Amino acid sequence: MTLLLFLWQTLRIAAPYLLAAAGGVVAERAGVVSLTLEGYLLSGAFGAVAAAHWGQSAWLGVLGGLGAGLLFGALHALASVRFKADQIVAGVALNLLAVGLTRFLLQMGFDSSSNSPRVPGFEGLAHPLLWLGLLVMPVLAWVLAHTRYGLRLRAVGEHPQAAESLGVSVAKVRWLAVLASGGLAGLGGAFLSLDQHQFTDQMSAGRGFIALAAVISGGWQPQRAAVACLLFAAAETLQIQLQAAAAVPTQFLALIPYALTLVAVAGLVGRSRAPAALGRT
Amino acid sequence: MTRTAWIETLFPPVVALLVALVAGDVLILAYGQNPAAVWHLLVDGTWGNFYGIGQVLYKATTLCFTGLAVALALRAGMFNVGAEGQLAAGGFGAGVVGLLLPAGTPWILAFGLMFVAAALCGGAVAAVPGVLKARFGAHEVIATIMMNFIVLALVNYAVAAHLHTPETLHTQSIASGMVPRLAEIAPAFHGSAANLVLLLALLAAGVVAVVLFATRFGFELRAVGLQVAAAENAGIGVGRTWIRTMVLAGGLAGLGGLNFVLGYKGFYEDGFAGGAGFLGIAVALVGRNHPIGVVISALCFATLSQGGLAIHALVPKQMVEVLQALVILAVAMAVPEVRARVAQLGLTAVARRGQP
Amino acid sequence: MSAPAIQMVAIDKRFGAVAANRGAGLTVAAGEIHALMGENGAGKSTLVKILAGLQPPDSGQFWVDGRDVTGWNTAQALAAGVAMVHQHFMLVPTLTVAENVVLGREPLRGPRLDRGAAVRAVEELCQSTGLQVDAHRLVADLSVGEAQRVEILKVLYRGAKVLLLDEPTAVLSPPEVAELWRVLRRLQASGATIVLISHKLDEVMEISQRVTVMRQGQTVQVLDTAQTTAAALARAMVGRDVDLAVQTAESQVGEPLLQVRGLQVAGHRGPAAIVGVDLDVHTGEILGIAGVEGNGQSELLEALAGLRPYRGSIRLAGRDLAPLSVQQRTAAGLAHVPEDRHLRALVLDFSVADNLILGKTAQFTRRGFLDRRAVADHARQLIADFDIRPPDPQAPVRGLSGGNQQKVVIARELSRNFQVLLAAQPTRGVDVGAIEFIHDRLRQARAQGKGVLLVSSELREILTLSDRIAVLYRGRIVAVVPREEASESVLGLHMTGVVPAEAHD
Repeated sequence: MTLLLFLWQTLRIAAPYLLAAAGGVVAERAGVVSLTLEGYLLSGAFGAVAAAHWGQSAWLGVLGGLGAGLLFGALHALASVRFKADQIVAGVALNLLAVGLTRFLLQMGFDSSSNSPRVPGFEGLAHPLLWLGLLVMPVLAWVLAHTRYGLRLRAVGEHPQAAESLGVSVAKVRWLAVLASGGLAGLGGAFLSLDQHQFTDQMSAGRGFIALAAVISGGWQPQRAAVACLLFAAAETLQIQLQAAAAVPTQFLALIPYALTLVAVAGLVGRSRAPAALGRT
Repeated sequence: MTRTAWIETLFPPVVALLVALVAGDVLILAYGQNPAAVWHLLVDGTWGNFYGIGQVLYKATTLCFTGLAVALALRAGMFNVGAEGQLAAGGFGAGVVGLLLPAGTPWILAFGLMFVAAALCGGAVAAVPGVLKARFGAHEVIATIMMNFIVLALVNYAVAAHLHTPETLHTQSIASGMVPRLAEIAPAFHGSAANLVLLLALLAAGVVAVVLFATRFGFELRAVGLQVAAAENAGIGVGRTWIRTMVLAGGLAGLGGLNFVLGYKGFYEDGFAGGAGFLGIAVALVGRNHPIGVVISALCFATLSQGGLAIHALVPKQMVEVLQALVILAVAMAVPEVRARVAQLGLTAVARRGQP
Repeated sequence: MSAPAIQMVAIDKRFGAVAANRGAGLTVAAGEIHALMGENGAGKSTLVKILAGLQPPDSGQFWVDGRDVTGWNTAQALAAGVAMVHQHFMLVPTLTVAENVVLGREPLRGPRLDRGAAVRAVEELCQSTGLQVDAHRLVADLSVGEAQRVEILKVLYRGAKVLLLDEPTAVLSPPEVAELWRVLRRLQASGATIVLISHKLDEVMEISQRVTVMRQGQTVQVLDTAQTTAAALARAMVGRDVDLAVQTAESQVGEPLLQVRGLQVAGHRGPAAIVGVDLDVHTGEILGIAGVEGNGQSELLEALAGLRPYRGSIRLAGRDLAPLSVQQRTAAGLAHVPEDRHLRALVLDFSVADNLILGKTAQFTRRGFLDRRAVADHARQLIADFDIRPPDPQAPVRGLSGGNQQKVVIARELSRNFQVLLAAQPTRGVDVGAIEFIHDRLRQARAQGKGVLLVSSELREILTLSDRIAVLYRGRIVAVVPREEASESVLGLHMTGVVPAEAHD
């Protein structure tokens, strides 16, 4: 029974990681750095709550999260693809924008500096985004390996000049990839806020960066990134259960995912190979 | 400087200003207020009186340190997103050392020890991503971001569990080594937090300029930042340079903590960094990673930050956070665009001259 | 008479201050193999890139099959059957041969990529042209010769009728070149028109029907190959009589200076690139390393320079270099002209003066500070000695021509106090005048009793300068030939591993 509970909690924690990491794989395999996952999650979480509150419907919330993620994805694509901005700088800026904008709108819409009122959400196994999270990586793996777009995406991330010389529009492939990335991670954010029935300030809490670390330590492969997400989630579940059981200070336990990320990035990135054109415009 | 160099230098800040104005108008209108009134209040609350100016100078001091921390690291090709954690660690270090010193400690000794503590703590925090990158190839962006979370949580734990004054989130006041306020010299600044750490910030900018452009270390640092393979070929220890640069950058950010701890409150308080580390990225970017540019752009961003408080009566101060993020984004988009346009301009000019 | 397949008239193209094409022209008849000749920087590549739609001309006009197509883009060119086979391969290393070939025009079955159809298409093309390559392999695992075949397959898959080849033999061994000629003749027989950029006289004489010669951005002559001679072509290319005979080296070879024993080096992608190399460079000797690129030359040099870990021993004047860093090796008497000037040799955004002190900053430092005056004096001296233009120490190196950039590197390395110079591709992408200058400096170093290890993909350069020639093939030295016994044909055989290693040494 405890094992079942452990698995269930792990899956719940893993769902937003899986959605965000899937977005990370798509954008990074196309050659666009995805520090923005954090911003997508946060804006998606807010978009979901705003829409769910407005329409008093959790399903509208899903759409709202998707929309907010797409909007931020579009901004990232505009900066990084159209204007060839430094992708890391753009990512940092968009993350700050997500924090600032959600705070501003929280104040404006709900007259609060910390959280939204309670909105309709999903309960337990009925959370559709949980199932989407479980499906997203296998589907993504198939798309990358077996479709025309997948082939072009991989080519663009490795050698954009080669793709361009064959009439493949690098800009188009990257726009689509970054939009998809924003949409997926936005849904991850929607999972978070609809699961808790409200938005709280900075509720993404670094999950986007952890998802990115999962992408990196998964060697930019969907299946391996999924495994990394599940491992991160399992570690977090363990932490929560320890917290309930033992007298270890919570601040220490809260560090575990971040320290783990640090170790993962240090240990594995040296050995796996990033897409060759990652970050280059 | 040539004409094109001027365009390259001045255009991005102009774009940033325009973007801030337009986006600000949109947000203000969305909030149902009159933009003119809000902007007026913003200018009035910052450069309109000595208190406002003092507050701007106070905020600019911290931003100058974090901006330098980002700019210096970027010159060596490292993206330091960790100034936030380094700043907090520096302030914490100074605060804790201050607590340990007895009341009668001579000022110069107390100040010196806290100065060193701030620099060392900031440097130590930054050393971790530096070493991880140099030894294992870990990407410094993720590593510095993770260090932010880790440091802030650890410091939070230390203060909450052991060091705090009851009912607060800050430490006890320190006894010796405080830096005089600006108001003690010019009474007009009365009430503002501006203090003489400001001079330290200017000095730091000067030192960074000298290190970058006049020393062998700076030469090697810039070579590493521009072209790693060429630096390697020239026998420059790339990993060593990264680690040293990060330690220096972290030390600079850490010194920023003195502004709050020694210049303003006299104790360490949780959350005092309040985004100044992240804003350092914007400061460095708009200041084009040049120490003089960093000083100027720190003033601009400090104006915006302080202005946010001034306008809070009309629109939420969070508007300023939005504007700051948009400014970074706009500059990031404008820089390559301007460079490309300028290059084209250069070409057509040459071509025109080339024609008979 | 029908319209020529290609006609280009009065093409102008500038890049900043450099006029790459000045009223250049090109006329190619349908079904011929046409050579476009000229020295480095004559404007050949630019002209062909304009034709392929990679860049528009500043002025001028061009027609394909009588149709005005001035300023078209690559997609339009491709649609009309005009395609370029790139000098720097435009292949995605992580994809298979078949995936690379069909990219951008993929066969589909429903929503899926039809891999089987892609493989079949490649295999059919291989059959009809005689190109041999396995459609299933990853491009990363191919040799350069095979990669080039994939490039040709790519354009044929798109139905190209006019093939533009930019220096296709630069990376090939002699037998691979012969193989390429067979393929090109077969394509010609099936109706293709071929434009071949080259600066090698023998190739042009062998394969082409007509030759267009370019010099300094202009078209200077169009000749029927059958009615000209190599000497006449050389004269047209350089603008004066050229001594085609290879000068033989004269030198006083002395004691061994650089001794390499049992060297093993891992490659860029993992598998060992150098598998047991022994070699000696003596005082007053230029040892040439011949070999097709990618047989371990880069790894050999990087190991010697201290940039890459290795097993085995490297000794300089008896001293083991193993524990020494790059910097310490330089101090011990090693100078290094790296093969990739833009990546390793220069910091492009630094000034000439700053680039001239790379790797010797210590001697310009007083108490941690750079002595700017000494740096400037040093720069002025070397700029004068090596005739670097423009003679401005503060000019950014990025803005210099390839030849002058290379002179900066040569000046910096030769002005060290060195015993052995490692020179990799010292004249690549350098104009004729600078080539002679650089060769003279290498000979001077030899005359002063230094040792020089010369790595070059230009056999002619190796033959011109070397006292002994070692041939590197798949990470081994397969032969060491004294200059008197060496010739392009002898070396060419060794370069492809035809003669077993045991027969020599």
